[in-house]
Amino acid sequence: MTSGTGGGPTSPGGESSRAVAIRMEGISKYFGPIEANRGASLEVARGEIHALVGENGAGKSTLMRILGGLMKPDAGRVEVNGRDVTGWSTNDAIAAGIGIVHQHFMLVPTLTVAENLVLGSEPASRGMLDYERAAASVQSLSTETGLAVQPGRKISELSVGEAQRVEILKVLFRGAEILVLDEPTAVLSPPEVRELWAVLRRLRDKGDTIVLITHRLDEVVDLSDTITVMRAGATVARIRTAETSPAEIARAMVGREVALSAGRRVTPSSATGSRGSRGLEVRNLAIRGSRGNRVVDGVSFAVQPGEILGIAGVEGNGQTELIEALAGLREISEGQVLIDAVDITARTVAARHEVGLSHIPEDRHRRGLILEYSIADNLILGVENKFTKGHVIDRAAVLANASGQISSFDIRPGDPALFARALSGGNQQKVVIAREMSRAFSVLLASQPTRGVDVGAIEFIHQRLLDARAAGKAILLVSAELNEVLALSDRIAVMYRGRFAVVMPAAEASEEVLGEYMIGTKKGNAA
Amino acid sequence: MTAPLTAEEKPRRFAAPAWRERGEEALIPPFVALLVALICGDLLILSYGQSPLEVYRLLLEGTWGNAYGFGQVLYKATTLTFTGLAVSFGLRAGLFNIGGESQLAAGGFAAALAGLALPTGTPLVLALPLCIIAAGAAGGAVGAVPAYLKTRFGAHEVIVTIMLNFVVLAFLNWIIAAHLHVPETLHTPEIRAGALPRLSDMFTAFHGSAANLAMIVVLVVAAAVWFYLFRTSGGYALRAVGLQPDAAEYGGISVGRVWLKALTISGIIAGMGGINYVLGYKHYYEDGFASGAGFLGIAVALVGRNNPFGVVIAAFFFATLSQGGLAIHALVPKQMMDVLQGVVILAVAMSVPEVRRVLRGSRRRSDA
Repeated sequence: MTSGTGGGPTSPGGESSRAVAIRMEGISKYFGPIEANRGASLEVARGEIHALVGENGAGKSTLMRILGGLMKPDAGRVEVNGRDVTGWSTNDAIAAGIGIVHQHFMLVPTLTVAENLVLGSEPASRGMLDYERAAASVQSLSTETGLAVQPGRKISELSVGEAQRVEILKVLFRGAEILVLDEPTAVLSPPEVRELWAVLRRLRDKGDTIVLITHRLDEVVDLSDTITVMRAGATVARIRTAETSPAEIARAMVGREVALSAGRRVTPSSATGSRGSRGLEVRNLAIRGSRGNRVVDGVSFAVQPGEILGIAGVEGNGQTELIEALAGLREISEGQVLIDAVDITARTVAARHEVGLSHIPEDRHRRGLILEYSIADNLILGVENKFTKGHVIDRAAVLANASGQISSFDIRPGDPALFARALSGGNQQKVVIAREMSRAFSVLLASQPTRGVDVGAIEFIHQRLLDARAAGKAILLVSAELNEVLALSDRIAVMYRGRFAVVMPAAEASEEVLGEYMIGTKKGNAA
Repeated sequence: MTAPLTAEEKPRRFAAPAWRERGEEALIPPFVALLVALICGDLLILSYGQSPLEVYRLLLEGTWGNAYGFGQVLYKATTLTFTGLAVSFGLRAGLFNIGGESQLAAGGFAAALAGLALPTGTPLVLALPLCIIAAGAAGGAVGAVPAYLKTRFGAHEVIVTIMLNFVVLAFLNWIIAAHLHVPETLHTPEIRAGALPRLSDMFTAFHGSAANLAMIVVLVVAAAVWFYLFRTSGGYALRAVGLQPDAAEYGGISVGRVWLKALTISGIIAGMGGINYVLGYKHYYEDGFASGAGFLGIAVALVGRNNPFGVVIAAFFFATLSQGGLAIHALVPKQMMDVLQGVVILAVAMSVPEVRRVLRGSRRRSDA
């Protein structure tokens, strides 16, 4: 029935009679060298709830920004209600009845609910805001849609769930008939989510069209009518919700064929561990997000020397925050982190390095490299004080260090004076890995170590990780690539909504099994 | 491992050596700005019915063409180099120090106090370092306030340094007006020690110009700033914070500590600039002596591309414009030079990202 991952999007059958609200075809959008959308398509029937799913960075938000007129596509065609509107403006989009509820609230916290709603179209009498009329019209819309709000309260006094209702009311107030909600559940509690679902169903039954962007699959399988799956900027599947299974959707979302060298598997053995190394231990770790919600919610685990613990999971379930907290880049609100039995919970990044922590960050452009520094200078980031005489940097030592690492990690081109920004993604990553694996360490955090890296470099990086494991390092691997986690890990944990849903030996894991834990249809054993 | 480079592995952007790219990116924006300013200047001069060539000839004659004019350029360039270095030092750490004006004034005031406190006849080798330390400490103290407020409370340094200008300048004005002035004036008594020899003491041709040995001090400071930024681990960390604070933090550099250090040192450098006027020129502190040199330091830093030697050259350029305004006054209003200054600043501000993009675009095309 569905195309799965192979053949491109197909239309669900028996539906052609229904009018099409949105049709986007062959949409491409580039940001410099980054392809946010490449030939993406979307077809939404009028009066349905359509889920647009995919991992972070799959291009969902870009596609919706193009629909909403915030961006113009570099290629492709956009139709709304049968009219070609490619490249229209936000005002055109609003006038045509498209309303986007953004992930981050766009409300004025010091104004009341009613004032926020009428912003831009304030009812006025003799040049003054007619507050009574504003409040009355808000109240009537609220009753009509069942979105309960109190017009007179200030936004800053509202809970996130209430603020979101105001956001939805705001687009309805402007006459939206096609609602786009970007990750609306990210900050909501379960009861608030249920309430939101009820509202969306009611709006659909009233005839509105709803597009729901999310990477939380479990939430949309029972709500949506149709699901479009995006991956790496392209549309990979369009599926009738009633005719699919969560596992199928999950595969479409995260499955990518990566050529993996499978010749590996050294039996883990603590005998090879560096002397006195005890690996990484995490006890009951909790981290609060920017809105005070617990993005990591009581996680405990240990990684032994000579072991790779892989963390799988749909992105956005707390993996990033977990790694950042372990690396000292994010505040830990509860729990303990130990490296070689030393409690490092309150230590600085530099102090963690001293104890033996190395870290391959998930975003090499933001964290891992200083793009305007040379390769040689990047190779001493974090250890720059070991390359000084007095406080003066020993250029000869820096260059010697660079040529050594350039040849042993095969960084190309091998000119140590070249800016890091001039390198290809794979070679940039090799610079990061060379630096992090050349210093003395016992625990390695490897976050998306092969993201955006060419196939040759992937193999090289995998071999380096396995070598480190054979040398008795404790490695925590986070990857969006299931194949990678499966091929490299000794044990695999699945992270779901800030917790470990399950921890299992890699030998027992498969994409299917992990997939079910990843989308939350199967709840696990993990402590 | 020994396979030839594939297209994927070739450097993405350019084949030219890194130094050439750096050189081009550093030099081209200021020259483009200069060109734009020249064109605007021509149009302005023509609008006064004068010949641009004649005006420029007069301008060069009045500045670089005779010893007095050149001495004045040297003097003005000295203060501008101090304030330009101060701004560029902060910018290297990603911080915008707009407080050069008050830091300069505080430095000059402290240098005057030190010169007044020392007994008459104190040898210069002793008095000069003491006065410089006093000037630096005062400027550093003013710079440390926004630094502390930023790291402790996240207050934006631009706002705090701007506001602090008013506070500090008003405070100094009050001290002078209420306590320290020589009757009928707004300046302190003459310093007893620390006065710097003038260039005219050695070369009579410079007679009347304010050029003095502070320019040697500023060259030493410029060299020291360059050495610190590009040769020490502290400079490595400072530039890393300025370029990519997230990456610096990841590498274990304490971003807050670097900010604290950078703004304080920036204040120290601006404060030291006070010696040029107080020790070198008038031998007293006078209310309002900074007269915009602190703010002009921002332009000097921009045009000098935050490179200490670039700053020295840019300071000469702005000093020439400023002194040249007096020379051409017979033909066109000297305010024309202020207009040109503004044009240069605007052109640099606009041309930097623009020119960079064009440079990179042309390289990418030539690679393909």
